[in-house]
Amino acid sequence: MTYLAKPKLLRPDTPKNAVGYTKRDYEGAISTLCAGCGHDSISASIVQACFDLDIEPHRVAKLSGIGCSSKTPDYFLGASHGFNTTHGRMPSVLTGAAVANRDLLYLGISGDGDSASIGIGQFAHAMRRGVNMTYIVENNGVYGLTKGQFSATADKGSKSKRGVINNDTPIDLVSLALQLGASYVARSFSGDKEQLIPLIKGAMRHRGPALIDVISPCVTFNNHQGSTRSYDYVREHNEAINRVDVILPRDKITASYAPGELRRVVQHDGSVLMLRKLHADYDPSDRVGAMNYLQERQAVGEIVTGLIYVDSSAEDLHRYLNTVETPLNKLGDADLCPGSKALEALNASLRCNP
Amino acid sequence: MKPTNTGGHDYYHKVVDCQWACPAHTPVPEYIRLIAGGRYSDAYMINWRSNVFPGILGRVCDRPCEPACRRGRIDKDPVAICRLKRVAADLKDDIAEYMPKVPKKNGKRVACIGAGPASLTVARDLAVQGYDVTIFDSGKAPGGMVRTQIPKFRLPDSVIDEECQYILDLGVNLRLNHWVKSLKSLVDDAQWDAVFVGTGAPRGRDADIPGRKEAASHIHIGIEWLANVAFGHVKTVSPRVIVLGGGNTAMDCCRSARRLGGTDVKVVVRSSFEEMKASPWEKEEAIHEQIPIINMHVPKEFVHDNGKLTGVKFEVVRAEYDSQGRRSLVPSGEPDVFLECDEVLVAIGQENAFPWIEKDIGLEFNKYGLPVLDKETFQSTVPKVFFGGDSAFGPKNIITAVAHGHAAAISIDLFCKGLRVDERPAPLYNLVSQKMGIHEWSYDNQVSEEGRKKVPMKSLEKTLTDIKLELELGFDPFMACSEAERCLNCDVETVFSPKVCIECDACTDICPTECISFTGNGEEEDLRGRLKAPAKNTEQALLVSDILKTGRVMVKDENICLHCGMCAERCPTGAWDMQKFTLHSAQAGMEVPRT
Repeated sequence: MTYLAKPKLLRPDTPKNAVGYTKRDYEGAISTLCAGCGHDSISASIVQACFDLDIEPHRVAKLSGIGCSSKTPDYFLGASHGFNTTHGRMPSVLTGAAVANRDLLYLGISGDGDSASIGIGQFAHAMRRGVNMTYIVENNGVYGLTKGQFSATADKGSKSKRGVINNDTPIDLVSLALQLGASYVARSFSGDKEQLIPLIKGAMRHRGPALIDVISPCVTFNNHQGSTRSYDYVREHNEAINRVDVILPRDKITASYAPGELRRVVQHDGSVLMLRKLHADYDPSDRVGAMNYLQERQAVGEIVTGLIYVDSSAEDLHRYLNTVETPLNKLGDADLCPGSKALEALNASLRCNP
Repeated sequence: MKPTNTGGHDYYHKVVDCQWACPAHTPVPEYIRLIAGGRYSDAYMINWRSNVFPGILGRVCDRPCEPACRRGRIDKDPVAICRLKRVAADLKDDIAEYMPKVPKKNGKRVACIGAGPASLTVARDLAVQGYDVTIFDSGKAPGGMVRTQIPKFRLPDSVIDEECQYILDLGVNLRLNHWVKSLKSLVDDAQWDAVFVGTGAPRGRDADIPGRKEAASHIHIGIEWLANVAFGHVKTVSPRVIVLGGGNTAMDCCRSARRLGGTDVKVVVRSSFEEMKASPWEKEEAIHEQIPIINMHVPKEFVHDNGKLTGVKFEVVRAEYDSQGRRSLVPSGEPDVFLECDEVLVAIGQENAFPWIEKDIGLEFNKYGLPVLDKETFQSTVPKVFFGGDSAFGPKNIITAVAHGHAAAISIDLFCKGLRVDERPAPLYNLVSQKMGIHEWSYDNQVSEEGRKKVPMKSLEKTLTDIKLELELGFDPFMACSEAERCLNCDVETVFSPKVCIECDACTDICPTECISFTGNGEEEDLRGRLKAPAKNTEQALLVSDILKTGRVMVKDENICLHCGMCAERCPTGAWDMQKFTLHSAQAGMEVPRT
C-alpha cells in the first residue's frame, strides 16, 4: 500500500479565516518524508501561519532547491505557485521572480546542504542584496537523502549515526545572515510550534530578507545519542531569548503583559511584533550586540532561539533597483517593448559624446 | 486530568459508539468489514450470536446504532448499519454448518411463555447449553409481535420463518395454539426448573371519547387490526381512514390501510411532528406513500350517524413548557376541526396485561402494572420466574427484547446451577494490533468519501396494490460494499504508549480532524477548551496520557477521530498503534470471573 491521501472529510465546526479558507485549504500533497521528520512540522507551521495571516494561497510563490527540505513545498500550499530549482539555486531564481512580480509573497525553502554547501554563494547574495523574501532553512545537520553524512552546519565534535566524529567547523547561517545584512533573523526548533509559527508570520509580514534557521531533527539519521540535532539534545540546550506574538493591524491587542517585559516592533505594513523578553538585557535591534551574544552562547553550547534581530525600517531590493511596481505580466506591450526609437535614445544616452 | 484508564473493556467499548448503543452490543464494525469483503455468512453469524434475528432486525430494527454512528458527526448521514445487516442475511450461503451442534441435554427444563423475540432468545441461549426448553404461544406461528404487528411489506413471513426455525432446530419445543391460563400451574409444576415470561405488551390503548361505543364497528385498536391483517382476517379497508397516534404502530397502520383500499388515509397526532414517537425513517416512508400527517390535533369526539361513523372532531392545541421543560398541550383557541372518515385505527400506545398471573403466588407488581424485577437479572419476586422483552419494563423494541433475553438466559442458567444470579459472566474482549507493515494495516484505513446509499425500492404503484409485496429490494453487493466502506472502523482503536513518544508532533500534524494535541495538563473543562480543535462533545471521552518528557500531556478527543491510522503511520517510534477492540457480550454458560 502506498501513502494514502488525507481524507477530505472536515469536522463540522472547522473554522474559516477572513478570506474564506479552512486550514486544510493550505495543505499540499501527502508528505513522503520519513515518519517523525521535523520538516513535516515546519510544513504544518507554514500552513498555520498562512491560515492565520489570511493569505490567499494564490498570492504565494514557494521556491526551493534540492534535498529533503526542498521536497516539502509539495506538502504545503498546494494551491500556490511553486518552482523547484536546481540544487542551491533557489535564491537566484527567486530573486528573478521577485524582480518581475512584486505582488507575490516569496517563500524560499531550503536545507543545510542546499544553502550552506552547494548554495552558500547564492544564500549570501540574496541576503546582502535585500531580496524581499522569507528564507526558511530546514536545518538537520545531515544529508538525509544520501543516508546521513554530516552537512556543513553539523557541529564540530558531534557524532554521526555510524559513530564518526565531525572534525569540520560548522557554518552558522544565522551569524552569516546578520553579517550580510538580513533585516529579520530568527532561529527556531521544529518541535516548538508555539515559537515557530509566530516567527514565520512575522517574517512573511516583513519587508526585506527574513531568514529563519529552523533546527529540524532527522529522525532517521540524526536523532541518536551524541547528535546535537536530536529532539532531546535541542530541547535540553534550547535557550529562547524571546517569544513573539504577531498582531495584525485589524486585531485588537488582548493579551496583557507585565511592564518591562515587552518590546513592540511596528513593521512597515503596520503589523506589530510583540516581543516578550525572556532575557532581560537582550536587544533585538542591536545587530552587533546580537552577533556577540550568539557567539558567546554558542561557545557554552547553548542554542539561541527566538527573534534574534529585526530592523523594521529596512529597505529592500525593489527600492535599490527602482523596479516597476506593476508586475511585468500586467504591463502592456507598449511599456514592455517601447520601440526602436526609445532604444536608440537609450543607447545614445550611454555613448560618450565625440 | 489523570491519565485515562484504558484498562478493562469500558473505555475502548465506548469509542465504538454503534456497539455501545446497541442493547445487544452487536460488534457492528466487525460485521460491516466482513460485508465489504463479501463474507456474508460470517457477517450473518456475528449478528446471529449477538442479536439472534439478523434478517428481521436488518429490516425493522429501531437502530439505536445509527444515531450514535460517528460518521453522522462528520458526514451528512450515518452508515446504513441496519440495511447492511439485511445484506448479510440476504446474501449469505447455507449456514447450516456454522450453527452450533445440539448438545446432550443437561436434564434441566425451562418453560418460556410467548414466542416473541425475548422468549426465542432465551430458548436459543439455553438450548445450546443443553437445556430442554419449551415455548408456549397462543398464536399459530412463532414470532410474537414481529409476526402479528409488523406488516408483511416490511417484513415477509419467509424471513421470520427462517430465523425462528434456526432456533427450533436446536431442539427447542414449540407449543402453538396453547394459551397459558395460569402461571401458578407452571410455577408449582416441579418439571419446570425455571419459567420465562415474554408475553409482550399485548393490549392496545383505546381512545375513550364520546361516540366510541356507538361507532364501535368502525373503530379498531391498531395492533389488533394489524394482527387481523397479518393473518388475512382483514382484507379490505374503507376508502377514508384516520389513524390516531404518532408512533411506529400508527405508521404501520396507515401504510397497511393504503394497501388495503384506503385512498384517503390520514395520520392525526396530538404532538408536534418532531415530538412524534415514530422513527424518522418510518415517518419519511409514510409521507413517501402520500399519507398526510396532521399534528397538534387532539381527538374530541367520534361523530356518527346512528352508529355509522362519519368522522372525528379534533381540538387544535399548542405545546407549552413549564420551567422544568415539561410539556403540556393547551387549547390554541382555534375552532375545532372535523375530519371526515369511514374508519378509524387507534394506535395511541400499548399496555401490559397479565390476566393469567395469579395475585396470590407472591409475584409483585408495581403501580404501573409491571412486574417488580431486578434490573440486571430480570428475576421476579418469585425466584424461578424471569421476565424479558416488553413484558418486563413496558413497550420498547425488538433489539431491547433480545438483550433482555440474553440477560434472562444468563440468570436462568445460573439459577438452575444453584449459583447466585447477581454474580454474572463477563464479556469476552480483546485488543490486537492491526499492523502488518510500515504503511499496511489489516483493515482498510482509507476513508471513503461516498454519501449514504439509499436502499432501492419497488415502484409505489406496484407495492400499494399488494400488501404482502416487500417494498425494499435491499442493497446489491456493489451498493453494500460501497456503503460498508463508509464505516470508519471505530473498533480499530488508537492506542497510545507515552513511554516511547518523542514528541515530534508528526501525529498532530497529520491528523485530518485535528483530534490530537500536546499541551500542558489541566482540568477537563479547561483542557477541552484549549485543544487544537476544541472538544465540545462532552459525551465523548478525552484520551489523556501520562506526563511526557517535556512535562506536557497528549490529549486525544475521541469525538470525531476517523480511525484512519495516519497518526500511527506517521509515528516514528510506534507510540501510536491501531489495535482492534473486540467485545462479545456475555451469554449463558460463559465463565463468571472470580472476585
